[in-house]
Amino acid sequence: MNSLALFLTVFVACAVEAVEALTIVLAAGVTREWRSTLQGMAAALAVLAVAVAVIGPALTLVPLTGLRLVVGALLAVFGLQWLRKAILRASGYKDLHDEGAIYARQVAAANAADRQARRGVRDWYAFTLSFKGVLLEGLEVVFIAITFGDNQQNLGLAAAGAVAAVLVVAAVGVAVRAPLSRVPENTMKFAVGIMLTSFGVFWGAEGAGVSWPGNDAALLAVIPATALVALGYVALLRRTAAAGRAAVVPTERSPA
Amino acid sequence: MSRWLRSFGAFWYDFIIGDDWRGAAVVAAALAATALLVHVASVNAWWLLPIAVLAALGWSLRRATAGKT
Repeated sequence: MNSLALFLTVFVACAVEAVEALTIVLAAGVTREWRSTLQGMAAALAVLAVAVAVIGPALTLVPLTGLRLVVGALLAVFGLQWLRKAILRASGYKDLHDEGAIYARQVAAANAADRQARRGVRDWYAFTLSFKGVLLEGLEVVFIAITFGDNQQNLGLAAAGAVAAVLVVAAVGVAVRAPLSRVPENTMKFAVGIMLTSFGVFWGAEGAGVSWPGNDAALLAVIPATALVALGYVALLRRTAAAGRAAVVPTERSPA
Repeated sequence: MSRWLRSFGAFWYDFIIGDDWRGAAVVAAALAATALLVHVASVNAWWLLPIAVLAALGWSLRRATAGKT
């Protein structure tokens, strides 16, 4: 895989997660108070940075074949999860991810919660909401950046992709001061699901001992093939849903 | 302590495997079968994992949408 593909995959995956984290941080900051919210965000970022600093270099000590087998399997399973949700959303079987609606729910919950100072933090609710949101969304980013970076033996570039995405989303968030509901998040998740699944399959099979025809160039077939099958599933599910609705409507309209 | 360990395990299970464990089971089985074919039968089974994973995706989607319109 070339450096551009590594950078772009991590960047897009990270941007999606950063948009989700931004929604939570904004809800906590606007409704509660910014100081505790930013403390929670900084604490979560520190935990994530330690995780990258410890796990990233530790994984480079594992032999590459073993690493590819384990990481490939994890990525394939993780990617399947993303792709499954993205296909269900694209075909109408699951509600689309709506940052505006999520923001409204978070704001309502934050307004209802009591204000309590604890462990030197003025508003514990704002701190924990922000900490949990950034940590949970960030864990996915760390997982993707470390697995991609270690497998390509270029953790620095993967980390740069992740940091760049966070900076871009944070800058836009500060400028707009609202959840980024116009970001095509569902499409981005679909693309990330395809990339995670494809790279998981490629590295997992390599770790199991296969030689791909054309070596790394096989990815140029694996990624489009995964995308085509995923789009095929979307089309099939849409048709099934439409056929189901068509079968229900005449029954509902028929006179009693 | 055991409650904390259970929560910790449940978090990582949900994080990696998510709603459908069958996908993870298919990936693990396909990887084991690939390794066996390569190392025992000397078959370069590069095709097995992609087919298994995409079939597992279809199976999982079918289960998720069964009975829904």
